Formats: sequence, C-alpha cells, structure tokens
Amino acid sequence: MKVLVCVKRVPDTGGGFKLTADGMRVDTTNLDFAISPHEECAVEEAIRIVEKHGGNATALTLGPVAAQEQLREAIAKGVNSAVRLEAEDYESWDPAATAQAIAEAVKPMGFDLLLFGNESADTCNYQVGLRVAHLLDLPCVTGIKALEIQDSRAIAKREVKDGWEVYEVALPAVFTVKEGINNPRHPSLRGIMSAKKVPIEQKKLTKQPAQLARKALKKPHEGRQLEILGQGPEAVPKIVAKLRELGAI
Amino acid sequence: MILAILEAQNKALPEASLETATAARDVAQKTNDTLGVLLIGKDVRALAPTLKGIQIVLVAEDQQFNGYVPEAFAKIAAEAIMKKSPKIVLAPGTDWGNDVLARVAARLNLGFASNCTEFFIEHGALKRVTRSNWGGSLLEDLELLSNPQLLTLQPHAVPAKPCEGAAPTIEDLSVPLHDKDFRVRVKAMIPSEKKGISLTDAKVVIGGGRGLGSAEAFTMLEELASLLNNAAVGATRVATNNNWRPHSDQIGQTGAQIAPDLYIACGISGAIQHMVGCKSAKKILAINKDAEAPIFQRADYGVVGDLHQVVPALIAELKQVKGA
Ligand SMILES: Cc1cc2nc3c(=O)[nH]c(=O)nc-3n(C[C@H](O)[C@H](O)[C@H](O)COP(=O)(O)OP(=O)(O)OC[C@H]3O[C@@H](n4cnc5c(N)ncnc54)[C@H](O)[C@@H]3O)c2cc1C
Ligand SMILES: Nc1ncnc2c1ncn2[C@@H]1O[C@H](COP(=O)(O)O)[C@@H](O)[C@H]1O
Repeated sequence: MKVLVCVKRVPDTGGGFKLTADGMRVDTTNLDFAISPHEECAVEEAIRIVEKHGGNATALTLGPVAAQEQLREAIAKGVNSAVRLEAEDYESWDPAATAQAIAEAVKPMGFDLLLFGNESADTCNYQVGLRVAHLLDLPCVTGIKALEIQDSRAIAKREVKDGWEVYEVALPAVFTVKEGINNPRHPSLRGIMSAKKVPIEQKKLTKQPAQLARKALKKPHEGRQLEILGQGPEAVPKIVAKLRELGAI
Repeated sequence: MILAILEAQNKALPEASLETATAARDVAQKTNDTLGVLLIGKDVRALAPTLKGIQIVLVAEDQQFNGYVPEAFAKIAAEAIMKKSPKIVLAPGTDWGNDVLARVAARLNLGFASNCTEFFIEHGALKRVTRSNWGGSLLEDLELLSNPQLLTLQPHAVPAKPCEGAAPTIEDLSVPLHDKDFRVRVKAMIPSEKKGISLTDAKVVIGGGRGLGSAEAFTMLEELASLLNNAAVGATRVATNNNWRPHSDQIGQTGAQIAPDLYIACGISGAIQHMVGCKSAKKILAINKDAEAPIFQRADYGVVGDLHQVVPALIAELKQVKGA
C-alpha cells in the first residue's frame, strides 16, 4: 500500500489575527506554524493504514523551505518519506494551480491511496483534493470520518444531517478527511530526532495562471460588550439573574 | 442566466438551499439576468413548482439516484452549464454544495470561490466576492477571473426569503450516464443514534476547555445542563484531543457551528478557531480564572474565577432556586 498525504503550512494564530500593513496576509511575526486538524488526522490515518496493511506513507507539501518543518513533523509521527514542491510564494497559488502541481508530481509515483484535508485551515477552498482526483481520473469521496481498506477496495463513511453515508470505491482512490476520523498521536522524542535526518525530496513545478485573485483580507466585526459579573463564586447570584433574564431557567 | 444548483433533502429544500435561491435572485436582479435553478436527484420534480419567482427550473430526476452520486451529479451540473451558459453558478456552501461545485470546477477547468458572504456587482457583472477564510474568523475579498463564475454561499450569510411570484417554466434535463459515473455512490445509509439535545439545536450550550482538567469534571457541566432549559454540553479541541469528550462535541472551525441563545464557556481561552464556532450565539458568558484571557474580549458576560468553585456553587444555587 502506497499512501500519500498532503499538508499545508499555516500560521497557528491562537488568540487573534494581525494583518500585514497592505492587508493582504496574516502577519506571522512571532507565530508558530501548524497544519489543519483535518490534515493532522489525514497524516494519522496514513500512518495507521501503513501500520496495518504494510507499505509506506509519503507526506507532500507545496510551500516554502520553512514548510519542511510540517513534513518533518509528519515523519516524526511515522510517515516514511516526504516531498516538497518548491513555492516560496505558495500563498498566491490558487487551488487549481496547487492541484495541478500536486497531480503532476504524484502521477508517476503510483499511490494507492491519496489523502487530503477536507479544507485547508486558512483559505478553506474545499477543492484541492477533488481537483487532484479529477486530474488523475480517480474516484474521490470528500469529508470522510471513517476509512477501512479491504483488499483493493476502500470503505469510507461521510456524516450527513441524519446519519452516515457509506461509500465503497476501488483503489487507487482519493479521500478528503475531516477531524474526528481518529485521534492523532504525538510524535515521540526518538521520532523527532530521527526525522531531522530524513532527506526531503524537492521538486519545482510550473505555476499555472490564477483563476482566483485575492484583493484584501479583513476582519469581521465582533461587537460584544463585556460586562463583568464578578469574581469567583460570589458572582453566582448575578449569573442566576442573567440565566433567568435569558430564559435559560 | 444566473444558475442556482440546490440541494434537496427528504423531498424538501433545506434552509441553505433557500438561502442560495434568495441570494441568486438578488444577484439576478442586479445583473438583469434570468434566474434558473437546477435540481438533481431521485424525487425532485415535485419541488420544481414550489420555486415561484424563478424563471426556469431544470429537473434532472433519475430513479437510479439512491442518495448522492457525486460524479453523476457533477456531470449533470456541467452539462447544464454548457447548455445554458450562465454567467454565475451558485450553490449552498454546505458539504454537498462545495463537493458538487468543486467537481464541476475541476471538470470545466474553472475557478471556484467557496463560502462567499457578499457579492459586489458593477455594470451587470460580478466584480468581487467576499468569502470566509479560517472558517469565517477572517474574510477575503476576491476576484474570480474565469467564466462562468462558480460560487457557493456561506450558510447563514443571507437570510432566506420565501419564494414568491410567477410559477417557473420546468424543463427536463436528461444527461446520458454510464457505469463510470456511478463508481462513487452511497452503498448504505446508517441512521445516527439520537442522544438527547444536539449541540446545534440546544438553546443553551455549556462548553468546557482545558480548564476542566479531566473527563470527570465534565459531569459537573452535564449536571449544570440538566438544570437549564434545553441545554447541551460541548468542548474545545483540547478537551476532545485529550479524550475527555468525543469529537462530535467539539465546537469550532473543525467542529460544530452553534447558534444558541446562550453559550457558557468554562475554562476556555477564546482561541479564534474555537470562537468562530460559537460566534452566532446571542450571548456568551465566560468563566475563566485568567482576567487577561482573550475570551473576555469576545464575551458579553464574564466571571473571573476558578470554574471548579464557580460551577459547583452555581449548581447548588440553581438546585435551591428550582427546589423552592
Ligand atoms: C486550523 C485550526 C482549527 C482549529 N479548530 C478548532 C476547533 O474546531 N475547536 C477548538 O476548540 N479549537 C480548535 N483549534 C484549536 C484552538 O486554536 C485552541 O488551541 C483551542 O481552542 C484551545 O482550547 P482551550 O481553550 O480549551 O485551551 P487553552 O487555550 O489552553 O485555554 C485554557 C483556558 O482555561 C483557563 N483555565 C485553566 N484552569 C482554569 C480553572 N480552574 N478555572 C477557570 N479557568 C481555567 C485558562 O486561563 C485558559 O484561558 C484549531 C486550531 C487550528 C490551528
Ligand atoms: N499548499 C499545499 N500543499 C499541500 N497540500 C495542500 C496545499 N494546499 C491545499 N492542500 C491540500 O488540499 C486540502 C484542501 O485544500 P483547499 O482546497 O485549499 O481547502 C488541504 O487540506 C491539503 O490536504
């Protein structure tokens, strides 16, 4: 079983966003970087499938040199190898261009299973996985929260309003994963140490012209006015009064 | 033409589809175009006459469609686009709508902007959209350079208005399908187990974060919920990652989006990826021991204190009030 998992480097913004002066990007000064929780789960799923069925898992990112950090994290957890598609300007690659490059890079590699996040953490485009599947003419199920491999078939579950849709497709196939499919492991210290030595394959592909062009980022207004009800348990009478006012009791 | 591709569920149009029809009608008015709707599914024809005020309803009904058949639906949608040459194609920004439009975009090699919240039209053309980034905690102004322009509408961005006006012209759309178009299809449906009030239906949601400290501490929140009207318990990603709660309880960007009358956040710092899941709550009450926690900038009411003291005291008080 050859498994691919695609991850995207994004800032871990925590308490709030700061934008750059031109309003085009999130100011990442002093921020850590991460991947989307959906992708963390895709990485975990790739590792579990290889642990169960044998083979190997490859992590891929299209991004800057610094994005090797995200690939090494995946390796530290148990992914076997990694590929970086060189793109210092990856934030200006639209989803079609990203998918085009990923498809071109992975086509000769012959994966049985290709895993993506359901949507990236920052731009939430909901499409790179499906576009790659289309370019490789592979079946794809999006937003799955369960996956099982049986011989050359995959059974995947997708949560809908009043239950679960169960899909069964022949491999090779593409799946986009949602958080909740598993609970990702933390890397071991040994994993972190040995991941530092694994060589990362670098590839440069051409960027097709963008169909989507960002003009600006902006913050939605939050508009809540804080009223402090008190300190510790002495606030309880005021909480009860508010609960009554809001019809909660 | 402006074409809206609407999802039907159990022979009805869900809220997100009605919102999409409303937004499409508004866009068509501004661009001075006819408005078309495409319905795809097993029993969708009966819905067509209810779409008053829409000029043309294209119906692709097929008894072979047992549930969602992604590749067949995308093929039909692409065919409808080739046939009608719409300027703009709009679908709901739900799992269904984003899946259909991404497949259409891939097939026709077009750009696709998902989860739009606003449309800027000038001289009869769509110049720009605003769309959600980071699950809605940041917004992006974007230009779509390809034609037709493919978009989905962020749920709740536009309130649905009732369909009023003249009855639509109904056209059957028949697209030849092959085995390959059915290679991805639903093999079985498993109904979800009903257990109490769901997070999205609850009027009061009590959320627990790292400050809870353990799975056991959540029983305290369950008890509090049992003393309130229509209340359910949710959690942060820290709580679900620690296995204190199942992932289905997670509120936030990669969890549930809730809109209760009141959200009570206990031991939660207020990270944007969590808060974007509860930003539609009418009121937010935060209980946190750190007066500097970001949650206090995103709440209506604040209690600074140790939740392990505040919550039990609140429970005791409510029991007394209720007993009286
Ligand atoms: C792309 C992305 C998506 C994400 N999606 C989600 C999501 O869907 N949902 C989600 O929740 N998170 C999500 N996260 C994670 C998010 O950024 C935060 O890490 C997480 O929400 C923090 O959870 P927390 O508030 O429980 O923990 P912390 O940030 O550690 O905060 C704990 C708080 O509890 C307070 N506290 C501690 N002890 C007590 C006590 N005894 N009494 C009172 N207060 C106490 C502390 O003062 C602190 O403010 C996502 C992150 C990324 C990058
Ligand atoms: N720059 C990138 N590098 C690697 N994978 C990516 C990149 N951008 C998107 N993806 C993958 O595609 C998924 C969907 O992204 P999107 O269509 O942008 O929401 C993500 O969860 C990743 O798995």
